[in-house]
Amino acid sequence: MRITFAGNYHELSFKYKSVMLSINDLRASIEGKEILKGINLEVKPGEVHAIMGPNGSGKSTLASVLAGREEYEVTGGNVVFDGKDILEMAPEERAAEGIFLAFQYPVEIPGVTTINFLKTAVNEIRKYKGEAPLDAAQFLKMVREKAKLVSMNDSLLKRALNEGFSGGEKKRNEVFQMAVLEPKLAILDETDSGLDIDALRIVAEGVNSLRSPERSTIVVTHYQRLLDYIVPDYVHVLYKGRIVKSGPKELALELEEKGYDWIKAEVEAVG
Amino acid sequence: MSNETIDLKTRLITDFHAREAVMNGEASSEFHQKKRAGLALFEQLGFPSIKHEEWKYSNVRDLISVSYDFNAESSIGLTELEDLKVPEQEANILYFVNGRYNAELSAIISPVGQITISSLADAYKNDPAKVASFFNELTKDANDAFTALNTAFAQDGVFVHIPDNQSVEHPIILRFVSDAREKNVGSQPRNIISVGKNAHVKLAEAFRTLGDQRSFTNAVTEIQVAEEANVQYYKVQNESENAYHIGTTQVRMLDRSHFYAGTVTLNGKFTRNNLNIVLDGEHCDAHMYGLYFPDGSQHVDNHTVADHQKPNSESNELYKGILRDKSKGVFNGKIFVRPDAQKTNAFQSCKNIVLSPDATMNTKPQLEIFADDVKCSHGTTTGQIDEEALFYMRSRGISQPEAMSLLMFAFCADVVSQIKIDSVREYLENVITQKLASK
Ligand SMILES: Nc1ncnc2c1ncn2[C@@H]1O[C@H](COP(=O)(O)OP(=O)(O)OP(=O)(O)O)[C@@H](O)[C@H]1O
Ligand SMILES: [Mg+2]
Repeated sequence: MRITFAGNYHELSFKYKSVMLSINDLRASIEGKEILKGINLEVKPGEVHAIMGPNGSGKSTLASVLAGREEYEVTGGNVVFDGKDILEMAPEERAAEGIFLAFQYPVEIPGVTTINFLKTAVNEIRKYKGEAPLDAAQFLKMVREKAKLVSMNDSLLKRALNEGFSGGEKKRNEVFQMAVLEPKLAILDETDSGLDIDALRIVAEGVNSLRSPERSTIVVTHYQRLLDYIVPDYVHVLYKGRIVKSGPKELALELEEKGYDWIKAEVEAVG
Repeated sequence: MSNETIDLKTRLITDFHAREAVMNGEASSEFHQKKRAGLALFEQLGFPSIKHEEWKYSNVRDLISVSYDFNAESSIGLTELEDLKVPEQEANILYFVNGRYNAELSAIISPVGQITISSLADAYKNDPAKVASFFNELTKDANDAFTALNTAFAQDGVFVHIPDNQSVEHPIILRFVSDAREKNVGSQPRNIISVGKNAHVKLAEAFRTLGDQRSFTNAVTEIQVAEEANVQYYKVQNESENAYHIGTTQVRMLDRSHFYAGTVTLNGKFTRNNLNIVLDGEHCDAHMYGLYFPDGSQHVDNHTVADHQKPNSESNELYKGILRDKSKGVFNGKIFVRPDAQKTNAFQSCKNIVLSPDATMNTKPQLEIFADDVKCSHGTTTGQIDEEALFYMRSRGISQPEAMSLLMFAFCADVVSQIKIDSVREYLENVITQKLASK
């Protein structure tokens, strides 16, 4: 009897452990307008989930709410990451716990160099985890390796963060930062838009090189092209604040071929 | 209140006449005649009220409601200076305590042949005619009560003369310390700086206070910049919560000269800085940078003038402020382009971050252009910390206070980086970092 119990216990604990991110009936609004209307999603370690959907359906909103943007009011549901309820956490705590958002529109910050910014970020996260700060030499060595990974030009590192960067350079900088911070969960919000074909490949390879059985990725995109490189385990369609369809990677191909009308029609039919 | 106002004014005038009565022959000197004219102008103008358009947002009522000892002795020595934690580098350092030169604390290291540098009082003893000829030359048309008052009472300060073609290796650092440990003290330093043709010099004025009583500093600096000279001039105010400071820097530039000014107000109860630059030459360039951080109920007012009198010159101005609590900031930037000053380029910008709903910033650009072929621009912004930038930084793990101070430091960086005396810039970086982190 005892053995059976232990077996069950193990199974339970395995199951619990095997969910990295669990979003349950998440609702969020901005300026009184509900944007997310009950999102459910489970991401296990090592998985890649693609989120697609028409413009304005709430994809960036979902990404921002997960990262902790305070303008959005969470009106219902919960989000558990690594066994912790994160909705009460500040954005910097979530980052330290291992959540990373690559912005659809990275922000320009004059007067703060990319390298200084990242050094502060790395050491603040280390402080959160009770680790000693990296010294200048250790940090530089690590940064050089990661810059190589995404072919990030040295001169960009010394410039003010994103200031005057081209669209593609900004996106590359997001992936570079991700590589430096090594998050458990990376959320890429249209990181492919604005990239030329070579840059897309380089960025995708950068993302793939970070993949491991412990790390997960949520990829928000409009195009199959990126998913050719970063092959998803699941594809979800977000429409009007809900995930209205989920399927295997082939779903993305189907969407590329047929557009969203058929999904919209399905949703309207159900009511 | 008005009785008290009359009190300080009357007291000063009476004091002037009492000193004059014991001067004997000296009273008829050119120097004293200029002082007497200063007193007459002060008497006529009186302290300005907020009805005066140059003083609309800066009320001196509080400043003139008490009396100050303008002749206070001070026992200040090296130990007290330790408390002020001033950085040092190889420089000519001149200390003025309660407005008077303190030779013991000072060190003049530049070779005698390179520059003439001494206290104004000593310079006057050595060569009264020379000092008198420079004194109040640049400010003689100023219609300003505080400048006139300074002229009337000018006793000490620095007298610097840099001969033609001299490049002064070591900066000149003037440290003005108000010793307000025992009583309300007043000082009226007068600095006269004359930079010869193609001469180069960097100088800084630093104002500090010891003690919690009130201090009132009424400072005037006159700077002559001859042809092709290059002058870097910085003014740093890090005074007490009871420090009242009114200062005027009057500059005259001749052909092909370069002048850089940096005015940084770190702390002080009430500060009014006038920086007046007359571009009286062709192909000159004047640069004015300013930075201020008032908090509590502090008040910082910067009035600047770029007066373009000749063609083909350029002025360039950038002032920035971070305001907290119930503090008040004022910026008034005047650009004059006289009829002769064709092909003038004049740029002005004032940017502010207001961190509290109770803090206010008044900005007033004032352009008066009498020539037609000119390029002028001005702009002012007053805003909050960029929330997008803040979220971006926090999403990378940087805590909110750290992100705030990084953003604010970045905001100041383009002004701080203009300060070309290393020890002064490093001092500012330290104090500003602490200031931005402490709230
Ligand atoms: N700050 C805001 N104020 C008002 N409405 C907002 C705000 N932010 C987002 N919205 C609205 O929320 C809805 C969802 O926006 P969101 O950016 O999440 O869409 P998206 O799915 O990422 O679209 P896209 O594919 O164009 O990036 C849109 O209708 C948008 O206008
Ligand atoms: Mg979006």
